[in-house]
Amino acid sequence: MPTVNDFLLILPEVVLLIWALLILLIDLWIPDTKKYYTAVLSAAGLVISAGCAFALLGRTGSAFSNMVVLDGFSSVLSILFLLSGLAAVALAYDYLKRNAAQRGEYYTLLLFSIAGMMLMASANDLIMVFLSLELLSIPLYILAGFFRPRLASEEAALKYFLLGAFSSAILLFGIAWIYGSTGHTDFPGIVASIDGGRANYLLLLIGAGLLLVGFGFKIGVFPFHMWVPDTYQGSPSSIGAFMTVATKAAGFAALLRVFLVLFPAEAPIMAGILWGLSAASMIFGNTVAIAQMNMKRLLAYSSIANAGYILMAFVPYGNPVIAQEAVSSALFYLLAYALTSFGAWAVMIALEPAESDGLLLQDFSGLGRKYPWLGAALLISMLSFIGVPLTMGFWGKFYLFKTAVDGSQIPLVLIGLLTSLVSAYYYLRIVMFAYFKPGEPQIQPGRWASVVAVICAAGIFVLSFIPTPVFQFAAQMIMGMK
Amino acid sequence: MLNDYLPIIILLVLATVLGFLVLIIGALFGPRRPTQRKAAPYESGMIPYGPGTRRISVRYYLVAVLFILFDIETVFFLPWAVVFRQLGWFALIEMLVFIGILLIGFVYVWKKGALEWE
Repeated sequence: MPTVNDFLLILPEVVLLIWALLILLIDLWIPDTKKYYTAVLSAAGLVISAGCAFALLGRTGSAFSNMVVLDGFSSVLSILFLLSGLAAVALAYDYLKRNAAQRGEYYTLLLFSIAGMMLMASANDLIMVFLSLELLSIPLYILAGFFRPRLASEEAALKYFLLGAFSSAILLFGIAWIYGSTGHTDFPGIVASIDGGRANYLLLLIGAGLLLVGFGFKIGVFPFHMWVPDTYQGSPSSIGAFMTVATKAAGFAALLRVFLVLFPAEAPIMAGILWGLSAASMIFGNTVAIAQMNMKRLLAYSSIANAGYILMAFVPYGNPVIAQEAVSSALFYLLAYALTSFGAWAVMIALEPAESDGLLLQDFSGLGRKYPWLGAALLISMLSFIGVPLTMGFWGKFYLFKTAVDGSQIPLVLIGLLTSLVSAYYYLRIVMFAYFKPGEPQIQPGRWASVVAVICAAGIFVLSFIPTPVFQFAAQMIMGMK
Repeated sequence: MLNDYLPIIILLVLATVLGFLVLIIGALFGPRRPTQRKAAPYESGMIPYGPGTRRISVRYYLVAVLFILFDIETVFFLPWAVVFRQLGWFALIEMLVFIGILLIGFVYVWKKGALEWE
């Protein structure tokens, strides 16, 4: 029977879920002209939940008969998800008004999805992994189609839903194989069964492969990326931004924890598969992005490439020392990527007129001269995306590459470096349009998107000077992970 | 362990064979005098009318989804009621929370007008 302590350990999630339910109820009595209240209320809920998560930072423990664990890894990611949620609320407010889609359900669904992500980062049982995956995905299927009856939005939702349901089924199938092999779904039970030599290696390997497919879909790496460009382009831009950051981070959270804890013995075989996924994502994402003239599609392909970079550090995860380093550099890169990606999306949302499905690169012409702040935010984001030395993105890639070198994955690092060079072309082309081409971009009414853009750029700028403390914080946070 | 499943396999095979056997015997030896009414498709005893692929009002889907949602609730009640005495107060509170969440959903559906047919 659960005790008070159990609820205390998942307090941020509990607060967020209760808040989401209350907003669903309250929003019914808020008239359409005053949806401002719903947005502010949901932001308040996110802040309170983040406060609880901060208060729990540094605490460890497991709750509900080992269904969930609280450790530094889950705490840091929870805070990342909650801050991403705040950004998604801020980006959405003016944007939804502009597009005449001011419905309070947006905020409720967003909060539910974040609660699912937080549970996913702390799941300690495969059933819990699956349930939290569904809790995070189902609201996102609806949010992707939030601009119903606009055709592109419906297409995005349908593609995301069909492929998402399919990949969830594959994940569940993998869980079944692992249960068949070990007789457990909880992580400690599975580990005990493997250590005791009672597990069937082949069944476990098939299960691990199926889980990798399921997670690979969520993080959008190469062969499982088909939905990414269409979904990001058709969804509301604020949801596109949220998905590139938070959904990806949640997928990585589950992938890292499951593989580190359950499948160290499968590392020699899994390393080869991870190698292929990582290399293919980096090459494919970066080369196809060159051909994109639509900003949303470009950012979608760039997100595929970035998933490849994070996966690179995880290839040699069989070595426990390198595994620690890989997780902390993945955390660091996720933070850098979150700031960079939200910055780029925010600039685009600030300029995006109603009823559009993403700006073309030409639409940024003249941005640097007309709106210096927004232009600077775009410039900083793009430099950080490329990984120009001394930006946050550079340090992120530096730690990832260093981990891969320590794991003696030199060819993969070379692919990463070369594809980073390729990526400079399309990121800099945006900068070129913004600064060297004449044009008259127009900021749309409402200033929240611009505020987010400037805050993200400032965050990148400040953190670029103190990468070491941030990385050490990440490393210290994941020490207790197991 | 697999021996435990042997009776089930035997049952499966017997049932399948018997089913086909009855059909085959009936087809071989039974009299066959079709009338128009006998050959018509069976529609719960009513006289069938219209084509089989009629268009259905989209409103039925909303009702069907809501029905499933609140129907599943009953499925959760059943095992709860069976072990209610062993679990005691905890189970009662847990179920009240569950019903509370469902009630919020119900209020939402009602206020949004999903229960109105027109």
